[in-house]
Amino acid sequence: MLNTLVAVCSLYVLFLFAIAFAAERAAMRGQARWLRSPLVYTLSLSIYCTAWTFYGAVGSAVRSGFEYLAIYLGPSLALMGWWWILRKLVRIGRTQRLTSVADLISARYGKSNLLAVGVTILAVVGTTPYIALQLQSVTVSFEVFGVGDLFSGQETGYTALWVAAGLALFTVIFGTRNLDANERHNGVVMAIAVEAVVKLCALLAVGIFVVWGLSGGISGTLARIDASPLGEWRIDGGRWTGMIVLSGAAFLCLPRIFQVLVVENDNETHLRTASWAFPLYLGLMSLFVVPIAVTGLELLPAGSNPDLFVLTVPMSQGRDGLAVLSFLGGFSSATSMVIVAAIALSTMVSNHVVMPLFLRYAQSGATVSGDVRHVVLLARRLSIIGVVMLGYLYYRLSGGGAALASIGEVSFAGVAQVLPAMLGGIFWRGGSRIGALTGLTLGFGCWGYTLFLPSFGAGVLLPEAWLLDGPFGIGWLRPQALFGIAGIDPLLHTVFWSLTLNTGGFVLASLASFPGPLERLQGAQFVNVFEHSTGPRRWSGKVAQAEDLMIMAQRIMGARDAQALFEREAQRQGLGGTLPAPTPDFLETLERELAGSVGAATAHAMVGQIVGGMSVSVEELMAVADETAQLMEYSARLEAQSQELARTAAQLREANAKLTRLSVQKDAFLSQISHELRTPMTSIRAFSEILRDTEGLEPEAQNKYASIIHDEAVRLTRLLDDLLDLSVLENGQVNLNLRKGILADVLDRAVAAAAADEHGARVKIWCDPVAGEVWLDTDLDRLSQVFINLVANTRKYCDAAQPQLQIRVRPGARVVIDFIDNGSGLSPEAQDVIFEKFSRVSDQKAGGAGLGLAICRQIMTRLGGEISYLPGQGGAAFRVILPATYAAAAP
Amino acid sequence: MAQEAEPPRGKPLVFLERQSYRRRRVIDAARVLPFVGLLLWLVPLLWRDEGTAAVRSSSAIIFLFGTWFVLVLAAAVLSWKLAAQAREPGGAGPGGLGD
Repeated sequence: MLNTLVAVCSLYVLFLFAIAFAAERAAMRGQARWLRSPLVYTLSLSIYCTAWTFYGAVGSAVRSGFEYLAIYLGPSLALMGWWWILRKLVRIGRTQRLTSVADLISARYGKSNLLAVGVTILAVVGTTPYIALQLQSVTVSFEVFGVGDLFSGQETGYTALWVAAGLALFTVIFGTRNLDANERHNGVVMAIAVEAVVKLCALLAVGIFVVWGLSGGISGTLARIDASPLGEWRIDGGRWTGMIVLSGAAFLCLPRIFQVLVVENDNETHLRTASWAFPLYLGLMSLFVVPIAVTGLELLPAGSNPDLFVLTVPMSQGRDGLAVLSFLGGFSSATSMVIVAAIALSTMVSNHVVMPLFLRYAQSGATVSGDVRHVVLLARRLSIIGVVMLGYLYYRLSGGGAALASIGEVSFAGVAQVLPAMLGGIFWRGGSRIGALTGLTLGFGCWGYTLFLPSFGAGVLLPEAWLLDGPFGIGWLRPQALFGIAGIDPLLHTVFWSLTLNTGGFVLASLASFPGPLERLQGAQFVNVFEHSTGPRRWSGKVAQAEDLMIMAQRIMGARDAQALFEREAQRQGLGGTLPAPTPDFLETLERELAGSVGAATAHAMVGQIVGGMSVSVEELMAVADETAQLMEYSARLEAQSQELARTAAQLREANAKLTRLSVQKDAFLSQISHELRTPMTSIRAFSEILRDTEGLEPEAQNKYASIIHDEAVRLTRLLDDLLDLSVLENGQVNLNLRKGILADVLDRAVAAAAADEHGARVKIWCDPVAGEVWLDTDLDRLSQVFINLVANTRKYCDAAQPQLQIRVRPGARVVIDFIDNGSGLSPEAQDVIFEKFSRVSDQKAGGAGLGLAICRQIMTRLGGEISYLPGQGGAAFRVILPATYAAAAP
Repeated sequence: MAQEAEPPRGKPLVFLERQSYRRRRVIDAARVLPFVGLLLWLVPLLWRDEGTAAVRSSSAIIFLFGTWFVLVLAAAVLSWKLAAQAREPGGAGPGGLGD
């Protein structure tokens, strides 16, 4: 039996891996619309139902009647009331690109990292025991099958260890595929959805078996229930209400629920479907709990563990298949919870704890050398492993005993402490950072003191005497009877006092404090999310260097995404090239993009490091703060216009400077070209005169003089050829010789040709192997001319001790080829004019007449592509873009 | 809390055309639904639990799950109506200003 079980379990795990892989692949090909269906979204919400609810609901029904239902009713109400809270949360999550609950709280209260760290700690403390509970449930359910078999005594610990290791592996593989936490983890979501179906089917199957197989249909079952110890409605009214409220609150605040509900959401309308489908799911999950409990009490010997009735009832009837299905249901509940909780917690830990520390201790912060992306991903992976292993450790240390049984409620009460700051944050503009900090500290402290520490048992973490008489004999501080009010259920006692102190502290401190400008603007943004969708805060971009921003963005988002973003923004601003002007709008967009990867507070700090200062413009304060003094708004608008004018003037000045530089260069070239023409002419004239006038010249000397004349004539011809080539290209009279070929061949030919010229240093060239797969249909000779020029330029101008040239290729309909060397690159002034005729980087290194790149640009335009300088790559870098197939549209 | 369904500040609209009026009432219904649910699910607090007058568990199950599935049905109908409105040309959809 046990072996079969292990086999089934392994097969099931393999199946999950396969599903996740398939979903990731389908998503990568962009052909999986069903992955983004409301149904999958609803099913993924089912991670609310953990092993605690799968197994524990029946146990709870046996122990305290219908109270278990309250745990499902709260979330059902929260979803039915989606129009109030969830809709707003999801919208805020999408506009602010939130990555976790901690990020929500931190972003709302002025991007405070302190708050984020606080919420992260709260989440880790609240979730670790919960993970331990899942591991315990899997271990215990294994034991049910393996009593007296392979696993005995201490060996059971290994089951939990294996499960924990497997879960960590799965989560690392599928949970950290992309850095941007806002991108969907398609594999994980799909696996969770499948597990949701499995656990629902398992519970329904056991339920149907019990009702129709053992109890004789619905009426029989109801009669049996009435005749059983559960026959009379007996609930504690306080706990009933308290659990409905607590479970609803926890549903909004649990990190794992926030992860699937808000972070993984990619369509707000899915919430509409979930508003009825998820309550339906919960209803079905809880429908058969009481019948199973009653049947278990009847059939099984007294004293058997009611938490395992879902397994033991089918087993006692010899239905091993059903028992295995039920086991898989419990296994699914446990694993899906751990996976999503680990992802959610690791995002928080890496974004709010590791990254800020890294930024502080790496010398120059965001611009430090090295790839920040890898640091973030590594931090996230290690956090996942850390979180899961912390759960395992907790399980081992707590002995896996009864101490864990009530941990679900304890955990709920802990994470619910986020609720006042969350609701206050999205509905009340007056909520402030100080208020949130006060409320959370009070609530967290109260919860820890009155429920969490005592939950380990008297005398373990809290001395027994404290529980009985209060700390140091102060009676009114007794953990379970604060202020001398005794006789309350411990859970309700904590929920009441912690939420009261929390909310009270939050409100009072908010009323008494004065929030900073960023806090007030973020507050307005969150509360009025349906009215404002533009960002409220403004970077003053005057000191920002677009190139520094580019370097930083590339390290976090990856070179390709960052370049695409910058190019898009540059186009939106109407500028050519790849660097947008650092306008406030652009900085805001950039910050928000970065926030998707590293969280709001970190992104804010990183942009702040480079840009220096942040200003809140009067205009926005007015618009967002909704103060309607029109005169001030008018003056604000004037100010904005004058800023606009200043920007335009700056651009004009720049254009003017460029023209002046060009004109100077043209003058310089004219004298240069006369000089270039004159020097060969002079020697030709001189030597031809010698040949003509000198009698009796040696044949050797004659030969020598003639070849000098020949060489100089060749040089002249080459110069004139270049000029002619350029003018032909510019006038569009060129005939293209279209052929098909492989890019790698063209590159090889260009490299060989450039190497044949003995001037210049030896360059180590690395060429992207992708080039071997790219077919081109264009004028290969002209293209090769461009490449030769670029390679030759590196040989001439690269000033590194060991010059290297990297040729990177990105295939597609428009092939992108980057030539990047390791020299010192070009100054911004040189970048502006490098493609102009007659332009040369420096006078000393003169190798040609400065026509090469101008010709290249003309050729690329003819071929329907473009060539541009690519800043921010470390050295000089040129980007060539051309259509893989030449389209004859260009005149 | 309810500003998002109000007309833009400055020029309050007093009367709406029929279509917009209906849309707002559907939204109102969606807002009321959780309170109806809470009210129904707090009814058990009123039940006596001693002696012969105690409510039988079978009735409790029928009541709780009956209300549950009725509420789900109501939520589904509202969700369908909201979706239909969001698809209408010119419909502001959920979250729109609805003027």
